[in-house]
Amino acid sequence: MTSETGIGASVKRKEDARFITGAGHYTDDINQPGQLYAVFVRSMYPRAEIRSIDVSSALAMEGVMAAYTGADLAADGIGDLPCGWMVKSKDGSDMIQPPHPPVAVSVVNYVGEPYAMVVAETLQAARDGAEAVTADFNEIPAVVDLASAHGADQIHEAVPGNQCYDWELGDREATDAAFASADHVTSLDIVNNRLIPNAMEPRAAVGMYEAATGNYTLYTTSQNPHLARLVLAAFVNVAAESKLRVIAPDVGGGFGSKIFVYAEETAVIWAAGKLARAIKWRADRSESFLADAHGRDHRTRAELALNADGTFVGLRVKTVANMGAYLSLFASSVPTYLYGTLLAGQYRTPAIYVEVQSVFTNTAPVDAYRGAGRPEATYVVERLVETAARELGKDPADIRRLNFIQPEDFPYETPVALTYDTGDYDASLKKAIELIGYDDFAERKASSEANGKKRGIGFSCYIEACGLAPSQVAISLGAGVGLFESAEVRVDVTGSVSVMTGCHSHGQGHETTFAQIVSDKLGIPFENVDVVHGDTGRSDYGLGTYGSRSLVVGGSAIVKATDKVIAKSRKIAAHMLESTEENVDFEEGTFSVTDSNQSITFPEVAFSAYVPGNYPLDELEPGLSEKAFYDPENFTYPAGAHICEVEVDPETGKVEIVNFVAVDDFGEIINPMIVAGQVHGGLAQGIGQALLEHGIYDESGQLVTGSYMDYTMPRADDMPNFVVDTTVTPCTHNPLGAKGCGEAGAIGSTAAVMNALTDALGVVDVPMPATPETVWRAMEGE
Amino acid sequence: MYRFNYHKPDDMAAAQQMMADAEDGVYLSGGMTLIPTLKARLASPTDVIDLSGLALSGIELADDSLTIGALTLHSEVAAGNEILSLSNLALAIGDAQVRNRGTIGGSIANSDPGADYPAAVVALGATINTTAGAIDADDYFQGLFETALKPGAIVTSVTFPLPGRAAYEKFPNPASRYAVVGVMVAETNGDVRVGVTGAGPCAYRQRNFEQALADNFSVAALDGLEVDYTEFNSDIHASAEYRGHLVGVMARRAVAQII
Ligand SMILES: Cc1cc2nc3c(=O)[nH]c(=O)nc-3n(C[C@H](O)[C@H](O)[C@H](O)COP(=O)(O)OP(=O)(O)OC[C@H]3O[C@@H](n4cnc5c(N)ncnc54)[C@H](O)[C@@H]3O)c2cc1C
Repeated sequence: MTSETGIGASVKRKEDARFITGAGHYTDDINQPGQLYAVFVRSMYPRAEIRSIDVSSALAMEGVMAAYTGADLAADGIGDLPCGWMVKSKDGSDMIQPPHPPVAVSVVNYVGEPYAMVVAETLQAARDGAEAVTADFNEIPAVVDLASAHGADQIHEAVPGNQCYDWELGDREATDAAFASADHVTSLDIVNNRLIPNAMEPRAAVGMYEAATGNYTLYTTSQNPHLARLVLAAFVNVAAESKLRVIAPDVGGGFGSKIFVYAEETAVIWAAGKLARAIKWRADRSESFLADAHGRDHRTRAELALNADGTFVGLRVKTVANMGAYLSLFASSVPTYLYGTLLAGQYRTPAIYVEVQSVFTNTAPVDAYRGAGRPEATYVVERLVETAARELGKDPADIRRLNFIQPEDFPYETPVALTYDTGDYDASLKKAIELIGYDDFAERKASSEANGKKRGIGFSCYIEACGLAPSQVAISLGAGVGLFESAEVRVDVTGSVSVMTGCHSHGQGHETTFAQIVSDKLGIPFENVDVVHGDTGRSDYGLGTYGSRSLVVGGSAIVKATDKVIAKSRKIAAHMLESTEENVDFEEGTFSVTDSNQSITFPEVAFSAYVPGNYPLDELEPGLSEKAFYDPENFTYPAGAHICEVEVDPETGKVEIVNFVAVDDFGEIINPMIVAGQVHGGLAQGIGQALLEHGIYDESGQLVTGSYMDYTMPRADDMPNFVVDTTVTPCTHNPLGAKGCGEAGAIGSTAAVMNALTDALGVVDVPMPATPETVWRAMEGE
Repeated sequence: MYRFNYHKPDDMAAAQQMMADAEDGVYLSGGMTLIPTLKARLASPTDVIDLSGLALSGIELADDSLTIGALTLHSEVAAGNEILSLSNLALAIGDAQVRNRGTIGGSIANSDPGADYPAAVVALGATINTTAGAIDADDYFQGLFETALKPGAIVTSVTFPLPGRAAYEKFPNPASRYAVVGVMVAETNGDVRVGVTGAGPCAYRQRNFEQALADNFSVAALDGLEVDYTEFNSDIHASAEYRGHLVGVMARRAVAQII
């Protein structure tokens, strides 16, 4: 059914009415009777031994109810914050996971690491109490610089050389051989700058405990409440899983940073139990800068071997990735299985070898941030490809076309462990080239020059692996959890429907998209479908939202459950229509007997299921509610072509993006308007990385970019008018044919911008972010 | 925030008395600088004396000058007046919310090194009127967040002579949008002045530019002129050297606007 609200329609988002009018319910909006407030005491030192902590003055203050240190949590058996993905080194050894107590016990290892928590009757009293906590530290010189962290002064007793693991993927010998016989080698040393996520809503938690039942409830800003519950129950030992309900209500953005289980919600829910009182904590923006997991932060040496005609014959990549001070929940997987596996890009490069050394530094933990590993991979591949084209005097579009995996090559097995199911890379590139007017670029460049500006154009043909993930593949590669999704489609007596999903929407618009799918399939009004998410008490299970997985995995589970509802309904309808299942058609919400005018509507069937007067009770249970779990067969592979044009002011070094085209293949699209919105947001983040954003620590380990005075968040006026379009090759292995769109913008755009900028300046590389002074210096030849 | 006593006097004398009586008092105008400082617990005054009840708002035109009351909002100056370059400058401050709260008196009393108004104060040769007397622009800005404003004195208004021609060019900090470098070039009664903000610890006059322009008011007159950047600010957004370079670029662009 194609309707105004069905699959493929640009339905306005249901959730926007409450978001835009300030009627959302975020964690900080939740208040409980007798609620206390928590404030964390954070390290000012990048690295120090804790000699002693004195909370007595804090406890003596008016309104202060409790002050806890890491030792108090440890004494109660509260465990370390775990990392959920085991990565093995080249030599087969396990990665080294240093102890990560939620609240520091004997050492602090980054500025902002909590070492005490004060709980008080009011927020003001909690702040005053936190200031009254005193501690005796023995400061130790910090390890900050990523380039020299390996082998620098050892941070963790358990981690020699500060190396978490030294991982490899691909065929080293074949790759070396390809390089040995290649006509040309292009090499680049590139840095993928550290980013700080900056969700609009800072992290927050409200912990509750009911002594009479022993039940805990945690409201928290999570992208995956079931996973938070699992970690808090199984690893951190807060409570049994069945005794802990985790609710992630409206959440104002995550971008990955709210996947992880952090110190604060752990300590809050634990303390709620201790005090048998509700406790609220909400990060200040400054705390977000210091203590949210940061993103990216790689240093890479990358080489591409080519034949004289431009054919790629080998790719060799060596990366050092920053883990920060501790391993955050999925940190280990980001620069390995979400990075190395993507280095084939859209190309037939036959031999690829990648080594990744992940190291610890005295900085905030680094973990998944929108795109997670795939932006870094795309940046490496697409910068190399563009540079190679320039070195060989080839057109950047031609060299890509020459090397593209062709439509007839699918399924295509890459040398780095993935099997791409489908794609048509030239289709996206062709459309992007048309939309940007590539043929007229020379004229635009000339007119820019006439105005005293330098103009450049840059391409980026990215691929990503989304829809995390086939559980058996992920678990065999070290994942500690399955990555399927669950759904329940619960039909009410009157035929309206509640859809329970284990995915979580924190800006993605699931309440709209998922409702479109179900209303379309059941032929009932869009308004009659409610999507319920973010509550372990209401949906069975789920792995949450990240890795562009919600539609392709969660949506597929919903389709599966909806199909079960239809199957059962058809049986009921057949009974009611005195026909047989085989002879009953279902279309646009109506069951009808083939070749007859007898029919019955879906709500009538639902009614009969709950008021089973005329109902096959001997064959079927009453009621109409079905559940499904869906485990994907493969990853999905969204891909596309981004082309960027920049103008540079040669006097100031200021870069302006004057043209940006993104043509993406996300497979089938449920809601084009939501997709465009996701792409716009992603582009802003990718462009932000290229030109604006940078998480900077000074040499001593203090965070320099700890507020918006210094951390440059992209703003609307930094962005051009994007031209976004799509091509479609449906995913071959999920029922929606969808591939996912949440991260593509951030994955593809960065390289396009930097390729355009280096083209404008006629230089090989400019470090990111390409701030005006950086560009000015690049023009000065520095 | 820490606890403080809040006062809202309705006349100048009362305000000054409250300040005199306070152990550690501070005036509040738009609060765009003060409130974030208090919220971050970076300041702990005992008393906050809100000036918004005083009649210090409004723009008055005289024969050869414009007097802007201390409580006049940036948005009110931006809305247009006889000095176009000043409206343009005000329009380039922060964002709409900031312009609808921030005041010229607060900006000038605070003297942030990246604030925009100080460039105009210096370039137009303005007079800062305070409860402790009038202060000439050339004497007012003394260092990083340091001015000639007497302790406890209130800025009441700023008087700007009407220039023959004047223009302001700003290179905004990409993060904060304050001025990395802002330059106002003005010619008033045949006198050329170049006011620079953002570059150094406080606003100052670029004298060699002024001389060159007095001889020959043209963009080319500034070519190759040195800017001594040894005392300039340096941060992650702009080194002292780059700021020095930008002073020349912004000055040339300002001149180009008005020849
Ligand atoms: C997000 C943001 C962006 C900004 N961007 C810019 C920018 O681009 N350019 C720019 O120039 N400014 C910028 N500002 C600063 C803003 O424009 C205000 O001018 C500035 O904050 C001070 O004005 P106020 O009225 O808010 O003063 P307040 O914050 O109320 O006071 C500031 C200081 O001045 C003192 N004070 C205030 N009024 C008087 C008075 N009449 N007499 C004596 N002392 C007084 C106060 O005691 C306090 O110490 C920005 C501010 C923010 C928050």
